[in-house]
Amino acid sequence: MAKVLRTLVYIGAIVSTAVLAGIVGYILINGVPYLTPQLFEWTYTSENVSLMPALINTLLMAVFALVLALPVGIGAAIYLVEYARSSSRFVRAVRMTTETLQGIPSIIYGLFGLLFFTTMLGWGLSLISGACTLAIMVLPVIMRTAEEALLAVPESYKQGGFALGAGPVRTIFRCVLPSALPGILGGGLLALGRCVGEVAALLFTAGTVAQIPDFAGQGFLALFDSCRTLAVHMYVLSNEGLHMNETYATAVVLLALVVILNAAANFAAKKLKRGI
Amino acid sequence: MSGSAIKENVARVLFIIAAAISILAVALICVFLFVNGIPAMATIGVPEFLFGTTWKPTSGIYGIFPMIVGSIYVTAGAILVGVPAGVLTAIFLSRFANERISAILRPGVELLAGIPSVVYGFFGIMVIVPFIRINMTGRGFSLLAAAVLLGIMILPTIITVAKNALDAVPKSYYEGAVALGATHERAVFNVLVPAAFSGIMAAIVLGVGRAIGETMAVVMVAGNQPVIPGSVFDGVRTMTANIVMEMGYAADLHRGALIATGVVLFVFVMLISLLFSAIKKRGEVR
Repeated sequence: MAKVLRTLVYIGAIVSTAVLAGIVGYILINGVPYLTPQLFEWTYTSENVSLMPALINTLLMAVFALVLALPVGIGAAIYLVEYARSSSRFVRAVRMTTETLQGIPSIIYGLFGLLFFTTMLGWGLSLISGACTLAIMVLPVIMRTAEEALLAVPESYKQGGFALGAGPVRTIFRCVLPSALPGILGGGLLALGRCVGEVAALLFTAGTVAQIPDFAGQGFLALFDSCRTLAVHMYVLSNEGLHMNETYATAVVLLALVVILNAAANFAAKKLKRGI
Repeated sequence: MSGSAIKENVARVLFIIAAAISILAVALICVFLFVNGIPAMATIGVPEFLFGTTWKPTSGIYGIFPMIVGSIYVTAGAILVGVPAGVLTAIFLSRFANERISAILRPGVELLAGIPSVVYGFFGIMVIVPFIRINMTGRGFSLLAAAVLLGIMILPTIITVAKNALDAVPKSYYEGAVALGATHERAVFNVLVPAAFSGIMAAIVLGVGRAIGETMAVVMVAGNQPVIPGSVFDGVRTMTANIVMEMGYAADLHRGALIATGVVLFVFVMLISLLFSAIKKRGEVR
């Protein structure tokens, strides 16, 4: 009996690691040889299927979403940790809705973004509609990690701040936030990773135009241009089915981006745990 | 009021507003989904919409029963594929692996949790679908392909959460079992796994939530025929796929019907997350 169970555990572990490693290996083997210079040309044509505009759009979109979500998420976490009484109705409502947001599938965010930002506010398929949709989507991730980071700050830091005569706000910004920074950063990177991999929430909010919004020519109006991120680009390519090798190569870039972001997030979280 | 008191109060209000935004977001999402979806559902007729087996937007027939069944089938399939492998891997990482192996595998699994669903979907198109077409029957774009792919996708979630639950079991449980003469395997399976049961269940429910809400990977491999599949080799369309495929061009009642599909999906997800918190609460009580 013991032998059977042991074998079972080993088989399970081998199967799941082999499958997951196999997927990554398969994508790398088929994609890396096609990472050609023309795939990184500045403008996209149906000839070169360059991923460069999509890559830049991804960074624009993700950074923009974080610029919106970080202050809100950190502010909310500060309220929950430093100000709120956990028994209050408001706090329970905040916690419940945050958990709800975390469980909502991305296609629902996409639908909401389409109905609210794209249609009702009239922003159309645009960078800003997509970024706002993503910002709501990653808000719970940022709130949760920021809250954990703030809770991990030793109480004595705060008491030190108060003892020196600083008010609550000053204590929070000077004593508590700086030491919670690695954890908050980790949450931000995690959120960035989610933005980079997202498709369903962007298809009907940011659209699929394969150009970088023309900020030089149009200024802020370029925010209302439609643009496709790398993940959307890869989806469109694989749907067209004409450039399979380039799709593999795009998958490699996407995979690398997400893995680097997640690894950096893990690293930041570990640094926090060790308590620098 | 002194300057610093004003500053304190302004900051306090700003933090409260930030905290209120998640409430506002959920409220807005609910309002916009329901206001746009419910009227369409009422026009179509609630029983006709939920239990109608024909989806033919061109003829104005909107029954999403095949999609509801499709979502349930695909999710159940993903659980069949993903849960045994995932839970066994969690047990391995928690109680069988030596330091070196788990030092490699653990971060590896965490990183894989972030693989975008398009990448999974593309892998499905290039590998799983042709494999089914060549070695089994049908076109390959099928319930089976979607279930296998989703089963793989939920692996990292299940492994991580189930492993944390197993790690949290007090050391004395294991030591007690071994002291009574149990082998390592018996101690793990008869004492630790039951002790971590609610945590493992929570991992599974989380996997279910991810599977039922997954869109892109499913749409890429499932075939997407709006018919209840007769076998695992037939194509299947989930609720998520229904929305993402037709939302781009839908208008009027068709559009409303797709949003109403989103409402039904939303209700399903809410039920699952209620189940999740109930299980978590039970675990805490114990």
